[in-house]
Amino acid sequence: MSEARHTVEDETFIEGPLYASAKKIYPQRVQGTFRRLKWAILLFCLGVYYFLPFLRWDRGPNLPDQAVLLDLENRRFYFFFIEIWPQEVYYFTGLLIIAAMTLFLMNAVAGRVWCGYLCWQTVWTDLFMAIERHVEGDRRERMKLDAGPWTFNKVLKKAIKHGIWLLIAWWTGGAWVLYFADAPTLVNELITFKASSTAYMWIAILTATTYLFAGIMREQTCLYMCPWPRIQAALTDDQALNVTYLYDRGEPRMSVKEAARTKAAGQPAGDCVDCRQCVNVCPTGVDIRHGSQLGCIQCGLCIDACDTVMAKLGRPQRLIAYDTDEAIRHRQEGKTPVYTLIRARTMIYVVLIAMIGGGMIYKLATRATAGINVIHDRTPLFTTLSDGGVRNGYTVRILNKRPEIRNFAITVDGPLNPTIEVVGVTPTADWRPLVEVGPDQTREVRLLVSVPSTSATSASQPITIRAADLFVGEVVTVTDHFFAPGK
Amino acid sequence: MAAIHEKDAVTGTSTTGHEWDGIKELNTPLPRWWVNLFYVTIVWSIGYWVVYPAWPLISSHTTGLWGYTNRAAVVEEVAALKAKRGQSAAALEKASLEEIKKTPALSQIANAVGKAAFGDNCVPCHGMGGVGSKGYPNLADDDWLWGGDLAVVEQTLKHGIRSTNDKDTRIGDMMAFGKTGALKKDEIEQVVDYVRSLSKLDTKADIAKGKELFATNCSSCHGDDGKGNKDLGAPNLTDAIWLYGKERETMIDVVTNGRAGVMPAWAGRLDAVTIKSLTVYVNSLGGGK
Repeated sequence: MSEARHTVEDETFIEGPLYASAKKIYPQRVQGTFRRLKWAILLFCLGVYYFLPFLRWDRGPNLPDQAVLLDLENRRFYFFFIEIWPQEVYYFTGLLIIAAMTLFLMNAVAGRVWCGYLCWQTVWTDLFMAIERHVEGDRRERMKLDAGPWTFNKVLKKAIKHGIWLLIAWWTGGAWVLYFADAPTLVNELITFKASSTAYMWIAILTATTYLFAGIMREQTCLYMCPWPRIQAALTDDQALNVTYLYDRGEPRMSVKEAARTKAAGQPAGDCVDCRQCVNVCPTGVDIRHGSQLGCIQCGLCIDACDTVMAKLGRPQRLIAYDTDEAIRHRQEGKTPVYTLIRARTMIYVVLIAMIGGGMIYKLATRATAGINVIHDRTPLFTTLSDGGVRNGYTVRILNKRPEIRNFAITVDGPLNPTIEVVGVTPTADWRPLVEVGPDQTREVRLLVSVPSTSATSASQPITIRAADLFVGEVVTVTDHFFAPGK
Repeated sequence: MAAIHEKDAVTGTSTTGHEWDGIKELNTPLPRWWVNLFYVTIVWSIGYWVVYPAWPLISSHTTGLWGYTNRAAVVEEVAALKAKRGQSAAALEKASLEEIKKTPALSQIANAVGKAAFGDNCVPCHGMGGVGSKGYPNLADDDWLWGGDLAVVEQTLKHGIRSTNDKDTRIGDMMAFGKTGALKKDEIEQVVDYVRSLSKLDTKADIAKGKELFATNCSSCHGDDGKGNKDLGAPNLTDAIWLYGKERETMIDVVTNGRAGVMPAWAGRLDAVTIKSLTVYVNSLGGGK
């Protein structure tokens, strides 16, 4: 593979010194399939981000009706029909693993799809660049404007651009905080300056980062801050689709006239006319003809640019295309180019995603709506009673994950003939204390278990504490120890 | 720096004009934004000197325009905390002990306050979790010298037991029968063995004589049946709980020298809400009674 690539440029091609101050990039307007695809994805992603907090989802009278809500104050996370408690945070771990595997799968299928189409850095930068083009004009006008003196017109244009950028950045920060509180209420509070300082602080932080990353830093974020290009380079292989300059077809590059002369002389001439359109439209300013590289986010805009040129010249399109190293090799050897979607690498990722996803769905479907935790008293481990019996104290926490009030009858199993008491709770007629737990809440109670001296047979015996919701029929148990003076 | 600007032929970068063994140093200054940030920090520090205490003087220091001090900040935070606690404190003050015990929201606060106050004030004698020790009653069991329901415990907490500086304190004397000569040594052994027989502990002396002596000397406080009297703080002598121990020697010592354990009155030292909270917490240790 490296043999073939060396015909274009050295693989470790470095433009200029290792450290260079950032050169401003002026991406040119481009039209085509991938540009349209990027607009569609941008609209969808931003639409979801900005409006999702306003989507309602009825959960009954005791719970918030926001479809997606990270309620940090009450330590609950709501996602449509799913409600997650802090101790179920492993769902997030699962989601993170799935996200990582999906990223790897995307990479194995078609390279940096994430970078080129879905990453927020790309999406917001794309939006900011579109505004820049509308206000300041296309590539040439912008270059001229920047090079020119500070006229009133220049100041006005820059002010408008940065003003709109800041507005979008502010809205971005504003939308962010809406995920953490009831969106309509918070919007109202924000407008009337009644919201908490935390909300304003987060809006300020996200306004700053959005403006800085999408407006000022842009490709510098991808080149110097993001770890994914480095990881991606280590994960890619010959069979992954990457935005590729088909150097086997493009080289040697030369102008149209020269190509005609060369061909007439019986020499090979490539399709690339070295018009540099692919470089001009690139949002990160790379030359795709140097091959796959760290700076390339594989957004496919150079494909659109090159296709436009090729169409004008009447040459076949996709001189730059989603292609694989394997396919290039095949073409050079005179074989049919192939793309293998189903291979060990992709299948491993699919299986891993399916396994973790399946596990999570199973866990979610069988999620208990009650829970019980117990801590045995540290001191005293046991108390001797006046009749010679023994008492142990436990702190019991009952979890009610349903949106209604529930009553849990407490019973214990283990030592013979226990008498139980829950402090502050009057027992029912059958002497079972009935603990009321509020909707979607927990309650901590003190449980005292006393047994006659005849039951305190050993220094430690197992005890099972059971909380039963008699109405729903859900029973939760927890085991601990019952201590007594050693015999 | 260098008077003559010299450009390095290979890189096109200016040199600093310094040369060591024919090697010239390239002038690659820090990025402009970095240097600018550095200047900003200098300006910032000047502002800091002006508004905050910064420079030491001979006997004091510059106070700064804002007059900030750590101590004042702490005082402010403590005041804010007190205001925040005020609401729950008011709720506890208003509710009766029974209400606090039965209402989850109130009992949660009361138990938290009570637990902390217990740790600060009661643990030295009564131990963590109210386990007690020799001479200091276990608060987690079901045997109460003066009664264990909420109101009685609150009364004990407020006024103490044999507390010299509280006129409403609880008073009850276990006389020193031996010391005062009210009972002779063999009589003490007889009465002790009679008491031991009530709990089926081993005995040596004449129990029948002991029973007579008990009726004359002890039953006025401990009752005819030895089951004690909570109004006088006289312990039940028939149960399995022994405040000073159930060894024969210990019991002889008790009857000979008497006992007068003291618990301080807390009414003046702790506020009403803390005492209420302590009552609820102590009650929760063993369920009271």
